[in-house]
Amino acid sequence: MLSPAILLAAVLNGLMTGAVYALVALGLTLIYGVLHIINFAHGALLTAAMFAAFFAHKLLGLDPYIAVVFVAPLFFLLGYGLQRFIIGPAAHGEDRNILLVTLGLAVVIENALLYAFRADTRTINLPYAFDVVEVGPAFLALPRIVAFVLAFAVALGLWLMMRWTDTGKAIRAVAKEKLGAELAGIEVAHIYAVTFGLGTACVAIAACLLIPSYYVNPHAGNAFVLIAFTIVVLGGMGSVAGALIGGLFVGVVESLSGYYLGESLGQISIFVMFILVLLFRPSGLFGERA
Amino acid sequence: MRRFASTLAVVALLSTVPLITSSNVVLNFLVVALLIALVGQGWNLLGGYGGQYSFGHAAFFGTGAYATAVLQVRYGINAWLGFGIGIAAGALVGALIGALSFRYGLKGSYFALVTLAFAEVLRIIASVAPATGAGVGTLIKLDLRPEAFQFQSRAPFYWIVLGLVGVSLMLVRIIEDSRFGAYLVAVRENEDAAEALGVNTTIVKLGAMTISAAITAAGGCFYAQYFLFVDAGIAYGPWISVEALLAPIIGGVGTVFGPLLGALVVKTLGEFAKLATGDAPGLDLVIYGCVLILVVAVAPRGIAGILSDLRHRVLAPKTAAPASLGRGHG
Repeated sequence: MLSPAILLAAVLNGLMTGAVYALVALGLTLIYGVLHIINFAHGALLTAAMFAAFFAHKLLGLDPYIAVVFVAPLFFLLGYGLQRFIIGPAAHGEDRNILLVTLGLAVVIENALLYAFRADTRTINLPYAFDVVEVGPAFLALPRIVAFVLAFAVALGLWLMMRWTDTGKAIRAVAKEKLGAELAGIEVAHIYAVTFGLGTACVAIAACLLIPSYYVNPHAGNAFVLIAFTIVVLGGMGSVAGALIGGLFVGVVESLSGYYLGESLGQISIFVMFILVLLFRPSGLFGERA
Repeated sequence: MRRFASTLAVVALLSTVPLITSSNVVLNFLVVALLIALVGQGWNLLGGYGGQYSFGHAAFFGTGAYATAVLQVRYGINAWLGFGIGIAAGALVGALIGALSFRYGLKGSYFALVTLAFAEVLRIIASVAPATGAGVGTLIKLDLRPEAFQFQSRAPFYWIVLGLVGVSLMLVRIIEDSRFGAYLVAVRENEDAAEALGVNTTIVKLGAMTISAAITAAGGCFYAQYFLFVDAGIAYGPWISVEALLAPIIGGVGTVFGPLLGALVVKTLGEFAKLATGDAPGLDLVIYGCVLILVVAVAPRGIAGILSDLRHRVLAPKTAAPASLGRGHG
């Protein structure tokens, strides 16, 4: 058995990781909540953003925490364009088609990265990467604490935006009643694309928060995307609060099962949880009944 | 026999290839394309006819491949027997996943997600379990005797995989014409309506998934014997789940010959990509992904759809001109 101190350290570490998971899941749940599609390209976009943050540091010498100011808007535009010009027109409004188109995008992005950068795993060296902060019994790496705080700041910002801005109101209107919103003069195709852009920007921010303490290779995003699916399903598709709580919960479960079962079997616990939630409560713990 | 005429003609025509050429490059290309056609036919039955889009057919492919390889290497079971057991094991995995997913009413993207998750769980288990050779994988010993399902040349492998494809074509044709097939299409078109008319949709979907898994598992078994090596990334990796759906969707989803057409086109594109760039990793899949999006965007019924449109266009003037003669529709 583990001592309480180690257990607490594991929980704290899990919370730190969970915040980044939550941010990835937030993008996914936002897109699902409005467009009612599961974006299978989410992981590939995360990988692409990690590469962007990596090269911003490598070529331009930008610190990832500064690069985020450029990477996030860039990925907003990328997401906007993907939805507006590829996913929307190609899908002909059929759910099955959207599944295939986003899967196709994922395959294209991931393998284009593989083609361009090979399968090599890259990391960046930052002077503060190994600084630790003592929190109770645990020593937490500084980048992970920054990620934790910023992830919550982004979630709060997103919530405020959805609540108070016109765009946010339009997004909520489209999510609730598409036809009514359209009749009220809201351009649905534009709002869809904005939402997809916001979801992609969430992933871009997550990438910048991850890169100081994580590595990047053409498949790096995949590890996160299935976890993000788990969180989104667990928290209820389309629920922002659910994504946050679900993210933290999954982070802790992964950390604890990693301690007990070892790295790769620890991963399984996530999938098992995912399958169980999908089977028994597909509307999620916080979602509305379908 | 008439309904199998086209299938038999295609298989007979393809079976002459090894008599014409003994080029390993050509045969290897066709063996891989036929393998994908087989795996894709499995996906097509469930996805194309039943409308249940699985993103995790690797679960069945991998189970077939591992069963064949592990039974031989660790338990000394004859490869042909292992092949049969592998198909049964794949079908069993399909039935289990199907029973769980359909019992709890998972549809659409949820079904895609849960199949993906099952495939990933199996991949992780296979990459750590000692029985599967963990990270190293399982290597089948070279033993070039027909009794061991290994052959000196590629031609026998070619005929075997062609035979499997032929069986899968006929099976899907039989299902297409059967009551079960009609139920399956009814589930795809409108599940609630089918249910209201008294179709037990859960059983229909479960049946389709089990047969679908068996066909795809046969592809996995063949893969193990042909390449004599299996590891977690090959057997349960996402690549095979993608290729399984790519072939039928490009060829024509929910048609008997769609997966075969699609597999030949996809693999030809892949070969051209390799020729053009010297086998750069990833490029073939970039092209597949673009073709997938393009097909969904402009030709949702795939190549089979385009061909039938063309035929109608060619025939249209003929049927339009003698309209005054009062002839029936051709």
